[in-house]
Amino acid sequence: MDNKNKEVIDAIEAPIYLKYNFTAGLAPARFLSQLKQGVLTGQRCPKCDNVYVPPRGSCPACGVATEEEVVLGDKATVQSFTIVSIPIPGNPIQPPYIVANLVPDGANISFIHLMSECVNEEVRIGQRVTAIWKPKEEWDFAMDNIRYFKPLDEPDVPAELIGHLSVNGTEN
Amino acid sequence: MVKDSLLQKEYELGFTYTRSTGPVVGKFLTGLKNRQIFGNRATDGRVIVPPMEYDPETFQPLNDFVQVSDAGVIESWCWVSKPRSSHPSAVPFAWAMIKLDGADISMIHHIVTNEQNRVVTGARVKALWIDQPVGFISDIRCFVLEED
Ligand SMILES: [Zn+2]
Repeated sequence: MDNKNKEVIDAIEAPIYLKYNFTAGLAPARFLSQLKQGVLTGQRCPKCDNVYVPPRGSCPACGVATEEEVVLGDKATVQSFTIVSIPIPGNPIQPPYIVANLVPDGANISFIHLMSECVNEEVRIGQRVTAIWKPKEEWDFAMDNIRYFKPLDEPDVPAELIGHLSVNGTEN
Repeated sequence: MVKDSLLQKEYELGFTYTRSTGPVVGKFLTGLKNRQIFGNRATDGRVIVPPMEYDPETFQPLNDFVQVSDAGVIESWCWVSKPRSSHPSAVPFAWAMIKLDGADISMIHHIVTNEQNRVVTGARVKALWIDQPVGFISDIRCFVLEED
């Protein structure tokens, strides 16, 4: 917007910029360091056995610290998803694309990531997917080391079992 | 568990809002673009600068715009000796409530001077305009002390 050529001012640019210095705590720092090595990890609650990814260092249900690290595989299950059709300023991804809540095998909660190499209209809850990683030399302390998840040719997981698979993809 | 060294990252979150001014604030900003300062007359006759959209007592819409001077009197002030990055001046300055000639309500702006001891309540100041006003409060670069 440019008010220079306007005779009557009816709008102004009023941006707000918030500068942060984010410090990852112990659990996220450990998680990100493992990601840099190409490994997806969670942490298990010593009380209820739930595995959290990304780990925050404690179990919100039990209120206890989680310290046991669990190495997760690349395979995951779609817990929910949305098809994004509206471009977001600053986001280089062109719509339509899929954002999904994915539960990695061996974990009990989902994280959000992208799906690609899929037919958007055929994405469904319970669908099996696998991580597509960037080339190793591009790995950083970042979740987008995984470029996206793509569908696997495996039977869907029944809704009641989503979030309850062992790390090798079998029913717990 | 291995204790990795702490990871830190700076980042900036930006909300790039464009805000509608409405007709009253729009009138004020349009005035600034022409190096004019407009207030408007409240129901009790006082001239309010910057103009208000509604009367503070009767809540009636206010439309009676009045042009006031770009010079006036310091009503109160606060000296800032170490400006921060978000401040309007990089050099020491004074925030000030300035009652412009023709106005009954003082307006906040800032005064730049290297004569800090002359910044006193009652001192006269005048607007220093930028070269090419765009219709924003910073069209007034700052206020400066009038010569004695
Ligand atoms: Zn627990």
